[in-house]
Amino acid sequence: MSILVNKDTKVIVQGFTGKEGTFHAEQCLAYGTKIVGGVTPNKGGQEHLGKPVFNTVAEAVKTTGATVSMIFVPPAFVGDAVMEAAEAGIELAVIITEGAPVKDMQMAKAYATKHGMKTLGPNCPGIITAEECKIGIMPGSIFKKGNVGLISKSGTLTYEGANQVCNEGFGITTAIGIGGDPIIGLSYNQILPMFEADPDTHAIVMIGEIGGDLEIQAAKLIKEQITKPVVAFIAGQTAPKGKTMGHAGAIVSGSAGTAKEKMEALEAAGVKVVVSPAEIGKAIAEVLGK
Amino acid sequence: MNIHEYQAKQVFAKYGVPIPKGIMVESVDAAVEAAKELGGPIWVVKAQIHAGGRGLGGGVKLAKTLDEVRELADEILGMTLVTHQTTAEGKLVQKLYIEDGADIKDELYLSVVLDRKLEMPLIMASTEGGMNIEDVAEKTPEKIITVPVDPAIGFQGFHGRELAFGLGITDKAEQKKIISFAQKLFKLYMENDAEMIEINPLVKTGSGDFLALDGKMGFDNSALGRHPDIAAMRDLSEEDADEVEAAKYGLSYVALDGEIGCMVNGAGLAMGTMDTINYMGGTPANFLDVGGSANAETVAKGFEIILKNPKVKAIFVNIFGGIVRCDRIANGIIEATKITDVNVPVIVRLDGTNAPEAAQILKNANIANLIVGDDLGDGAAKAVAAAKQA
Repeated sequence: MSILVNKDTKVIVQGFTGKEGTFHAEQCLAYGTKIVGGVTPNKGGQEHLGKPVFNTVAEAVKTTGATVSMIFVPPAFVGDAVMEAAEAGIELAVIITEGAPVKDMQMAKAYATKHGMKTLGPNCPGIITAEECKIGIMPGSIFKKGNVGLISKSGTLTYEGANQVCNEGFGITTAIGIGGDPIIGLSYNQILPMFEADPDTHAIVMIGEIGGDLEIQAAKLIKEQITKPVVAFIAGQTAPKGKTMGHAGAIVSGSAGTAKEKMEALEAAGVKVVVSPAEIGKAIAEVLGK
Repeated sequence: MNIHEYQAKQVFAKYGVPIPKGIMVESVDAAVEAAKELGGPIWVVKAQIHAGGRGLGGGVKLAKTLDEVRELADEILGMTLVTHQTTAEGKLVQKLYIEDGADIKDELYLSVVLDRKLEMPLIMASTEGGMNIEDVAEKTPEKIITVPVDPAIGFQGFHGRELAFGLGITDKAEQKKIISFAQKLFKLYMENDAEMIEINPLVKTGSGDFLALDGKMGFDNSALGRHPDIAAMRDLSEEDADEVEAAKYGLSYVALDGEIGCMVNGAGLAMGTMDTINYMGGTPANFLDVGGSANAETVAKGFEIILKNPKVKAIFVNIFGGIVRCDRIANGIIEATKITDVNVPVIVRLDGTNAPEAAQILKNANIANLIVGDDLGDGAAKAVAAAKQA
């Protein structure tokens, strides 16, 4: 078992024939992901990486039965692409593109929600169910199959965390990068209950960072609903106030959104909080009793 | 991206948001000329820097004669202004805004910001204008009115009524004016992809008009491409020179106070690296995210920027190679050490795809001062130890 995606998930790629889309779609195909086609306007009817290209998402969905779209279109077109996917009946849009305007994401996310479409990202590494399905840009080889679910705002910390978990002799069910933009799709509070319900997931790694209050909301949810052990790291304990730290959403405004308040809230909710990402693997070994 | 008050007011004027008349100047003589043109009888001489709290810092002063305008312009222009929003070193005042004095009856507060929880813009208003809004929020939260506006429906009549009644405005003509004010402000917020607009104070004049006496605006950097007029307002002299230089090479850099330079791929791991150094008893000198496609040129630039800081005693390069193979990054680091003179110990930790090959490449290169870290914890510990020995 796993959450959201597995070996049977049919995936299309929006921005299929572009440089990034091509490179990563190829990697996903090599991993075993069922990419059934892609969309690039005005290239419909062509074949790319051995898969059909369509002019519109509607046509791609109708022809292939895809339920997930991986989005690589340039930043200015992300909002449009997400809304097109929602309109076409896609169930989950995984938005990899970095630098989408925040206003576009407000509109697109609201529209997706109205149509019952889930979104991940933007500016995220994507989602991977170990040894089954990779929809994104993460290095597939580090994700060994196992019983730990992972959710993270940061791409490289997703790799770091998964790598440590695997080096300790455990593995990953599904790992999800949710992105660090001010407005993102699925977040801790939607994904944590999915891991709770997944019988194969025995523990959860949650990686957060400064800015916003999604981690605080997650602490509340964990206290009330999550019985599985959770290990958490919050990046940015040493970040200065008022500075954007790489991710558009990673900023401590005034006294809100500090790592300290998030770590305290999570600890109070019974989460094992580590002060350095170097401790994630050991902490998982501890909670899973090895 | 933030802009100056005088620029924000240009945007306000374009949308019909009422402002006092004013002129931006860069010399004392021009300040006096501007004052003559405005006519008086009262002028406000305002320092233009990208920080709040200018008044308390002595950067905003009232003049009653043209001689006073000259004196004040001379005093403020070229001063280094320290406010609660600047660093301790403060900011050099290079521009002034000479503005008509207003007949102030009441001082209000009005802002539009993105509410990350609601995922839509939020209009905030208060009768406590002229004060630090964070203090108001803490001490008297009931005095702040918040009105979220769903961009799908835009600014409706009820949004305006909630604001007007919330501010205790009972006169019908005044209600109409404040509603129109807020509606225009919301329109310009949306149309220009603003991140925040703050007017503090927004004043009610003796004749019952509303004026934006101050104006602060920030924009979504990701949307600047579709607003060339706004992008042209960028004032690089208000930004950190090293951060600007780094950004040219796709590097995201923030200077800190410590001794260990950090070069990392990914914002989260970059922060996590700083935290780990701190946890192990060292102090990070900077945040530096080299991005997803680190190569010899960006790594070399990273070294150059880090080494500009004389406090740096060691550099920790922490890369988790994903799609980018570690052996390529290792070669990039070797190239970079040839381009840039690196005179402090460099601790390199490469993990991920092809990491063993990368470690071998680094060992074979036999570069003095280069120490290989086995993992994040080991690398950070070695960096802290190297900085202590230096």
